[in-house]
Amino acid sequence: MDKVDFCWPGTNAFEISIDRLAIEPGERILLLGPSGSGKSTLLGLVCGIAVPQAGRIEVLGRDLAAMSAMERDRFRAEHYGVIFQMFNLLPYASALDNVLLGLSFAPERKKRIVTYRPPKEEATRLLAALGVSGPLVTKGIAAKLSVGQQQRVAAARALIGAPELVIADEPTSALDKRTQETFLDLLFHQVAEVKATLVMVSHDDRLARRFDRALDLGDISNVRQEAET
Amino acid sequence: MILLRLAFLSLRNRWLTALLTVIAIAVSVALLLGVEKVRNGARASFADTISGTDLIIGARTGPIQLLLYSVFRIGDATNNISWLSYVDIAKRGEVAWSVPLTLGDSHRGFRVLGTTTDYFKRYKFRGGQTLTFTAGREFDDLFDTVLGADAASKLEQKIGDRIVVSHGLGVIPQSEHADKPFRVSGILAKTGTPVDRTVHVSLEAYEAIHIDWKEGVRTPGLSPSVATVRKLKLAPKAITAAMIGVKSKLSTFELQRFVNEYRQEPLLAIFPGVALQELWQIVGTAEQALIMISAMVVVAALLGLATMILSTLNERRREMAILRSVGASPRTIVGLLMIEAGLLSLLGVMLGVALLYLGLYVAQPIVDAQYGLYLPIRPLSQRELVMLALIVGAGLGVGLLPALRAYQMSLADGMTVRV
Repeated sequence: MDKVDFCWPGTNAFEISIDRLAIEPGERILLLGPSGSGKSTLLGLVCGIAVPQAGRIEVLGRDLAAMSAMERDRFRAEHYGVIFQMFNLLPYASALDNVLLGLSFAPERKKRIVTYRPPKEEATRLLAALGVSGPLVTKGIAAKLSVGQQQRVAAARALIGAPELVIADEPTSALDKRTQETFLDLLFHQVAEVKATLVMVSHDDRLARRFDRALDLGDISNVRQEAET
Repeated sequence: MILLRLAFLSLRNRWLTALLTVIAIAVSVALLLGVEKVRNGARASFADTISGTDLIIGARTGPIQLLLYSVFRIGDATNNISWLSYVDIAKRGEVAWSVPLTLGDSHRGFRVLGTTTDYFKRYKFRGGQTLTFTAGREFDDLFDTVLGADAASKLEQKIGDRIVVSHGLGVIPQSEHADKPFRVSGILAKTGTPVDRTVHVSLEAYEAIHIDWKEGVRTPGLSPSVATVRKLKLAPKAITAAMIGVKSKLSTFELQRFVNEYRQEPLLAIFPGVALQELWQIVGTAEQALIMISAMVVVAALLGLATMILSTLNERRREMAILRSVGASPRTIVGLLMIEAGLLSLLGVMLGVALLYLGLYVAQPIVDAQYGLYLPIRPLSQRELVMLALIVGAGLGVGLLPALRAYQMSLADGMTVRV
């Protein structure tokens, strides 16, 4: 990320500029910052949902700005896995459906799986590896799962088809201490297995010890925020 | 097709609101189609009421009025044609056949028509069908009567039963022709025309029961017995109207002009087809209004659909963010909402059609019995199919509204879940 300037279109209330941010392939990096520090915006930029007004964002050797919106969507589908803080799942679909959703817009990713296993089996395997198994997987809707279970299903969706980049936006903040630990253990294990790069944002610096590198958002970016009227 | 599956799952999750929306659309569709069916049924049975008759003549009045009272038995004649004038016209060279009609009396709400036996041969309906008897035959005694299908079934009459005719349309007991009862000699098959609700007697019988009546009231002491009446020469003095068939269609206009310009009394001759058209134009306005109203109901139901989807958008922002995160483009989200709207309208239309046919199946005998309107149960016409396709299309169209809103939202929100 090089000399990036961004503000949400149609408003001047929020502006972020990042001089330089480089993340190595396979690296596990934690971006720390309190709310309002531009975490979500940064992730939006990395994911190619937000496009900077100036500067250059390169992911896996490709310039996001050079792609069309459709190409960026496709790129995201093929190479990213995203986990949110909460509300990760389509509440009306089953856990299995939610995991398979990760492949719905990514034909290449799906093909990679199909070479060795039907996607359904892979999804079930991944869910089991993350500790979700039994009738929960196919029976009943995701809304009935506990928050911890939902986050694991979300992790399975992010990881299915071995994407190069896993983005996690405070995935543990809705969990209690113990579930947090288990969740992170499982997540790290699976990320290592598929050799993905992990970018996680959080306000919790106690997580830093697990990562290769922890950066304070304040150190790498400048945020100008106007009081909301 | 992942979108279809997602739309379906999402709708299943909100099944109650979705169901109510579908029902609203279904009811409106059933209403629209129902109006269409009734309209077509009414138009068909209108046009089918009389055929094969070239001219109808009566005393001078409006063409529609003449048609109404002579064919539809609606309203009353203001004047009669004298028998002499009728004979004068009937014996003209252009005339192939003529059937006199006399109206005025009734039997328990059913009009009594005085005519000749030719009526049963000459009256044609529904593209040239002639009247047939389900039981008995035409009248041949002075006090015989032939009942229309509905009259027979409503009055629970069978061959050989006796009925008493009332004077005028009133149900006042004193005005009954109780001294001269009629014997049922024949019952006609159902036609779906006003004939079904008519009691037919001979012209002479009409004369006979009115022999002691002057100016609409009975003259006391002058009531002759049935036996005396039978001996009298019962030549009719006047009739209400007459059906005329011509030898050559070309002479119809000439004959019409002759009747309209008849010197001895003011008369009117009409083409039944033309008068039917005029009548339908009057009814047509109401028909247009009905279609407009039912179309508006469909519009209201579709707006309900848009409202329903719009109202869910806010709570579905996270759903959209999730879809965006797995690589769905904003267009996909538009597609998802459009599919949802399309699916609901399609279900609504299908349920509406089912409702319509169920309704037709239930209502058909009732409407037929009550209003003499036969609603045929036929597959959907091309016009109706086009209408239904337009409704589904309009459903997709109104789906565009929430879809575009969602498009904006998902562009603005990106992957942030704003709750």
